[in-house]
Amino acid sequence: MTRRDLTPPQTVGPFFHGGLLPEAMNVLVTGETAGERIRIEGCVYDGDGAPVSDALVEIWQANAAGRYRHPADRRSAPLDPAFTGFGRAGTDERGFYWLETIKPGRVPFDATRTQAPHLNVFVFARGLLDHLRTRLYFDDERTNTDDPVLRVVPQPRRPTLLAKHQTAGGRVIYRYDVVLQGDGETVFFTL
Amino acid sequence: MDGPGRDPSTFPPYLYEAYRATTRRAPKQPLIPLPHTLSEITGPGPALSGALHQTVQGAASAEDSDLTTNMGTGTEAMGERIIVTGRVLDEGGTPLPNTLIEIWQANAAGRYRHRVDQHHAPLDPNFLGYGRCLTNKDGVYRLITIRPGAYPWQNHPNAWRPAHIHFSLFGSSWVSRLVTQMYFPGDPLQPLDPIFNSVPAAARARLIAQYAHDVTQDGYALGFRFDIVLHGPNATPFEPYETAQRATR
Repeated sequence: MTRRDLTPPQTVGPFFHGGLLPEAMNVLVTGETAGERIRIEGCVYDGDGAPVSDALVEIWQANAAGRYRHPADRRSAPLDPAFTGFGRAGTDERGFYWLETIKPGRVPFDATRTQAPHLNVFVFARGLLDHLRTRLYFDDERTNTDDPVLRVVPQPRRPTLLAKHQTAGGRVIYRYDVVLQGDGETVFFTL
Repeated sequence: MDGPGRDPSTFPPYLYEAYRATTRRAPKQPLIPLPHTLSEITGPGPALSGALHQTVQGAASAEDSDLTTNMGTGTEAMGERIIVTGRVLDEGGTPLPNTLIEIWQANAAGRYRHRVDQHHAPLDPNFLGYGRCLTNKDGVYRLITIRPGAYPWQNHPNAWRPAHIHFSLFGSSWVSRLVTQMYFPGDPLQPLDPIFNSVPAAARARLIAQYAHDVTQDGYALGFRFDIVLHGPNATPFEPYETAQRATR
């Protein structure tokens, strides 16, 4: 087969809501979903510290047993019929977004190592010519210290990937802000 | 600043000063290359396509791929009716079947149905401006819509976006995710547009649909062809993992 040149990305622009959010997609759980209920919330900020009101956050995660709903995950950990693992949330005028989901289980890194629980995160916005790729880890997870991905991130920048555990009204909230540029800039990856 | 996962001959830089909004939004720290683990070689594409497929079979309508009628008013949208079709492929040229495509666009007058679009141009009561479809078993998709209008924006004096349709695809893995814009051949606004120009010159043609007379339907609509090539995951690290697991049992 001939190698094909990739189609280049372009910005999502400011008018994506009808196309990408025709209905809300920020509640990943139903009453039947297995696992610890968590709320992810935070703000997206630009290089001036101003809220980004036209960003879109997408997440992809394993279920509570650490299994991805995808044909490439052929392990024996059970699928949850009440969980897909994909969510999407737009930011409001304060740059704020939220998602209701469950804490994911651990998944393998390679043949011998395991990853700490994490969400895979994309950020889209006007002014982003390509989406940004990052991860969300949980700041109260002891296994973070051994996570092979966190370990390649320079230590001073690792906290930008850690969602902060809070409780409000008996609910578990992980606060995860995304700083596109400048002081406290979130770590972004290439895949 | 960009790592090996973003080939500079294809990808626009995050910071492209002619597009003003990039100056406060482009990251300044180096991007960190991430190996393709199970998290990256999986992705929501198959599950989302499956869910839509079930919805489509349950509903009378064929997907949501006809933007000239999907407002549901019973009256067709105003504008030059077009058919946009093409194949979705991976880098090896393999067609990607059952792949979800989401699109959105301005109406024929260059106006989006969106609360922040202040362009002084009419909304079309019969045009929603977004839809979605799946590729078939040969990786082919087909959309019916109207040619979007150009519209002004605030980036620089007398700035106009060339006519374009936004495309969003998931592909087979997290790595494959693509959001892009499809442009039309012969549009004089393209060389003036910093968003289009942010893509390296040699790669810009990949964003322009080709007029396709074989797609054009007599007495009905003009045809355009736009193929899309998605990044795939590296050689799967997962088989060795399974093998190793079995070996240690």
